Amino acid sequence: MHAGLILAALALGLALASSLVSLPAGRRPWLLRGVALPLFGLAGAAATAAGITALLGGDAATAVLPLGLPWLPWHLRLDALSGFFLTLIGVVTVAVGLYAPSYVRGFENGRDSLPALGGFSGLFLTGMLLVVLADDAFLFMVAWELMSLASYFLVAFHHDNAASRRAAFLYLLMAHIGGLCILLGFGVLASFGGGFDFEAMRAAPLSFGWASVAFVLAFTGFGMKAGLVPLHAWLPEAHPAAPSHISAMMSGVMLKVAVYGFIRVVFDLIGELHWQWGVAVIAIGSVSALLGVLYALMQNDLKRLLAYSSVENVGIVFLGLGLALLFQGSGHPLLATLAFVAALYHAINHALFKSLLFFGAGAILHGTHERDLDQMGGLLRVMPWTGVSFLVGCLSIAALPPFNGFASEWMTFQAALQAWHLESGVLRSLIPISAAMLALTGALGAACFVKVYGVAFLGQARSRHIRGAHRPPVGMRVGQGVLVLLCLAFGLLPTTVVGVIEAVPRQLFGQVLPQATAHGWMWLTPIAPQTASYAAPLIAFVLVLLLGLAFWLSRLGLLRRVRRCDPWDCGNAPPTPRMQYTSTAFAQPMRRVFGLLFRIEEGVETQKDGSLRYRLNVSDRAWEIFYVPIARAVELAAARIVRLQSGNVRIYLGWTLVTLLVLLWIIS
Amino acid sequence: MNATAWLLAIAQALLYVALAPLLVGWVRKVKARLQNRRGPPLLQAYRDLYKLFGKETRVAHTASPLFRAAPYVVFIATWLAAMAIPLLAVDLPTAAIADIIVVVGLLALARFFLALAGMDVGTAFGGMGASREMLIAALAEPAMLMAVFTLAMTAHSTNLSSVVDAHLAAGLVLRPSYLFALGALLLVALAETGRIPVDNPATHLELTMVHEAMILEYSGRHLALMEWAAQIKLLLYGVLIVNVFLPWGIARELLPADLGLGFAAVVVKLLLLGAVLAVGETVLAKMRLFRVPAFLNLALLLALLGLLGHVILEVGA
Amino acid sequence: MSITTLPLLQQLVLVLAAIVLFTSFVLLAQARLVSAIHAFAWQGALTAAATAVVAVAGHEPHLYFSAALTFLLKALLIPWMLHRLVARLALDRHVDLLRHPALVVMAAVALVIFSYWLVLPMVRLELAFTRNIVAISLAVVLIGLLMMVFRQQAVAQVLGFMSMENGLFLAAVSATGGMPLVVELGVAFDVLVAMVLFGVFFFQIRDSIDTLDVDRLNRLTESLEDER
Repeated sequence: MHAGLILAALALGLALASSLVSLPAGRRPWLLRGVALPLFGLAGAAATAAGITALLGGDAATAVLPLGLPWLPWHLRLDALSGFFLTLIGVVTVAVGLYAPSYVRGFENGRDSLPALGGFSGLFLTGMLLVVLADDAFLFMVAWELMSLASYFLVAFHHDNAASRRAAFLYLLMAHIGGLCILLGFGVLASFGGGFDFEAMRAAPLSFGWASVAFVLAFTGFGMKAGLVPLHAWLPEAHPAAPSHISAMMSGVMLKVAVYGFIRVVFDLIGELHWQWGVAVIAIGSVSALLGVLYALMQNDLKRLLAYSSVENVGIVFLGLGLALLFQGSGHPLLATLAFVAALYHAINHALFKSLLFFGAGAILHGTHERDLDQMGGLLRVMPWTGVSFLVGCLSIAALPPFNGFASEWMTFQAALQAWHLESGVLRSLIPISAAMLALTGALGAACFVKVYGVAFLGQARSRHIRGAHRPPVGMRVGQGVLVLLCLAFGLLPTTVVGVIEAVPRQLFGQVLPQATAHGWMWLTPIAPQTASYAAPLIAFVLVLLLGLAFWLSRLGLLRRVRRCDPWDCGNAPPTPRMQYTSTAFAQPMRRVFGLLFRIEEGVETQKDGSLRYRLNVSDRAWEIFYVPIARAVELAAARIVRLQSGNVRIYLGWTLVTLLVLLWIIS
Repeated sequence: MNATAWLLAIAQALLYVALAPLLVGWVRKVKARLQNRRGPPLLQAYRDLYKLFGKETRVAHTASPLFRAAPYVVFIATWLAAMAIPLLAVDLPTAAIADIIVVVGLLALARFFLALAGMDVGTAFGGMGASREMLIAALAEPAMLMAVFTLAMTAHSTNLSSVVDAHLAAGLVLRPSYLFALGALLLVALAETGRIPVDNPATHLELTMVHEAMILEYSGRHLALMEWAAQIKLLLYGVLIVNVFLPWGIARELLPADLGLGFAAVVVKLLLLGAVLAVGETVLAKMRLFRVPAFLNLALLLALLGLLGHVILEVGA
Repeated sequence: MSITTLPLLQQLVLVLAAIVLFTSFVLLAQARLVSAIHAFAWQGALTAAATAVVAVAGHEPHLYFSAALTFLLKALLIPWMLHRLVARLALDRHVDLLRHPALVVMAAVALVIFSYWLVLPMVRLELAFTRNIVAISLAVVLIGLLMMVFRQQAVAQVLGFMSMENGLFLAAVSATGGMPLVVELGVAFDVLVAMVLFGVFFFQIRDSIDTLDVDRLNRLTESLEDER
């Protein structure tokens, strides 16, 4: 048997073991933190090893398990595509395995159920691993539902909180609608391919119309899970409700599993791509990116903000995938490869820095029990380790060179800029507009994370419990440290990363980027050296060298010592923490400029004691435009249908008889 | 050959640092003349920097280590961005380190730290400046990249060296897209370098300032680095505009005569651009903050029209 | 056909046409009436200049006459009449803000792309070097109409109407080397008469409803009902 598959099976076994071990954790809490979560981390390590084996190994390995339906045993398959996503899942899981044991200590004295946390975490991981490994639609759907259900219970973990329950219900509802779309999509493919295993589906001869039906169903289903606008509304409710390390798994990893599903169904199973799909994906992707970051900018709750920023990043990933569809559909496999690699690169980058940021949010929550940015301030001084690692996360997610977010966004830009190869002039002018939206997204993302870092970690503490924050324990710091190192490595060595990722397009398109390292490992030249080049190691080297020089000079005493003094106070009283710009204040200019896109309720009220109170509520337009009308329609339909419910059993039986007759008639 | 090219590249990078205060001095001088003042001497900007480096550096009690590191990061990132822009000659090795998108990214890195430093001390001004700066940058960046895309789609490259090369090779072509891209880049440059009508580099009136609000707490060598970085940024945008749109004179071979000519050409072009900037600053008034989005929308519109002009008029079907 | 293969004069025509399109955007987004009239005058002048350059580049002498006529009419006479009208109606300082200027401008950009898409089959016919301008002229026409839809002020609507005429003229010049002289004279005369009629109408409208805000015209129906 293939070494990669053995490692993947080991990962599955460890994940299940971690789930089982934590069942008695209610009585013995140390079981969760001492055994179950280390096993969880080991499962991640095994998955990473399996994934890297598959990425470097080349050909795909398959296996058939004696489980499942009698005529349809479970098929497993490990190829470069699933290898890439196994690596992505594994790496974050390892970091969670290091971080979580110290984090869950906080739950040991509460009323929260530890067996549920550990058990469902293990099942959640098992589900995600199986989705990536599945090679038939039946196992895929079982694994998909396992992942959705396990994460539902994790979202509902703090179930004594009404908001958590509501978020979990919404999540469950959306996950099921999405699951239904995916199932129907598989149905279309299976009926043409004559079988539920992926091998048969790949061979299915599809007309453009039916292929488009399958594409739309897959795009809707996976897009709902990935949080694309306008199907994103559940995401900012559900992700923050879970414990922080689970939020990291959901935002960092589960969204990528949805991306995996989309790639598997569209690029692999449907196979023959059409450029029209690319246009649709590009449009939805860029709108998601822009709206995601704008809504993130308006949030004051740190975890909600991070969840909205996931919508943004998934939008960027889909923008890259859309470009790949478009280029492949119009016969430019090299450019499709570039866009595809950019999308995958951004997917793994987002997994790294979003988990890092959620770890930071978890550390703040752990140390201060606070999620509201407007209460924070000056945390860099009380928790320096978290402060520095959070800064790395912010720099990465804000797409600043030489960090990792920039490398993948740069490649996406390069792919968009190759639009001049296209035949159609209309597309030639539309693609750069989406690239400009990406630029706006990037710049707003930078603004958003300046706000987060400046308000939470810099300045002065805005409340007493922030000033008295306690530092996170060693385990949490190690978990953050691993991700910091990975973010740096992925940012500084883009040529290596691209070289490894290339195995995936080689499998799907039979194409790599031959010129990517034409000038050596230091220069990333995705198309050709004279077209574009980026030397991340050199930039980092000069930055570090000159910064080190300045630091060394001041250590030697060659620079005059700085003297401490009070900040400038305009000659009035010294500034108090309440005079600082808050998160709301920081976002005010953007709120005003982009006011059309939000639902803003703003007002000044006079209190009973005569004092004034400013009230501001910024909410998502998606609710009033999409969800409320749908909910109304459902309620209306329900009100009509309720007439059937007369209470008489015989009438119900009559309906059953009629239904049965109609069904029999249809079948005959 | 390779070693000389690297040496020249380093010399060019140092030239950016050395020339930056001069451009600011020139703009101030012309502006003063237009306002019937004699104005400070041309080299005053150098003297200011020298004086600031000699002064004691004071840091607020509430400042974190980030506040002290930020001036260095801002200066180095801006300088790195400048290195990638051809000043005297095309095809220098530093130009390959970063294409125009990386240059925009490096400037964003500098701005990120500048804004964080503004928020660090915990006064209201710093936060206000940071918030406004990020808004202006967010609106300017799409226009900037759109304008750059127009150039890149004409030259089929985002490396500035290749863009300049392609432009020189094509000879004199009247491109509608270049005209609009130039307009867009000029507006973006005004916004990004904090000039009138977007921001006033000479004001210390608290409620109207943007850049000055963020560096209000800096003194001594920290302030000198911040000021110097801002001057390099102005020079960077100036060189970007003159050398991309009017590349004639820049050296294509690394011969002393060509380099001398390239230097003379770029100095003349920059003097002209500086004079235009001074005239613009004299006749325009600073806008309210919420007029700035309209200003930058105009830049975006120009860039869009440049792109459409390129697609519709220049390539054909 | 790439622009680099064209002679300089023909490139100049393209540049002028692009600037005409830009003035259309300026007209669309300009809030101050007087400035909008200036923009319209510039558009007329640029159209005339483009015509003149086409005449030089294509050796079509009758276009010189068209260019001169356009310049006199669109860049001098009509703007002057509009200025007088505005002064007499005391609208010099009138500001007519669009509701969401960014959205309207984006709609106009979409119109440009749409008209490009529409004329693509025509461009493939390889008419003349100016064929690419057809898309621009169509866009000018459509933006003029868009302006009439989104502006509330009657004078601004007239500007939109007149700029549509500019677009048609540019299309004629670029697609076929200009209309026959008789047609051109007829159109010029029509425009002039329309201008005079508009002037008369404005006074009538203002006398009856005290404003030139066309959204208020629906008051007329209500007042009729009141009389009954």
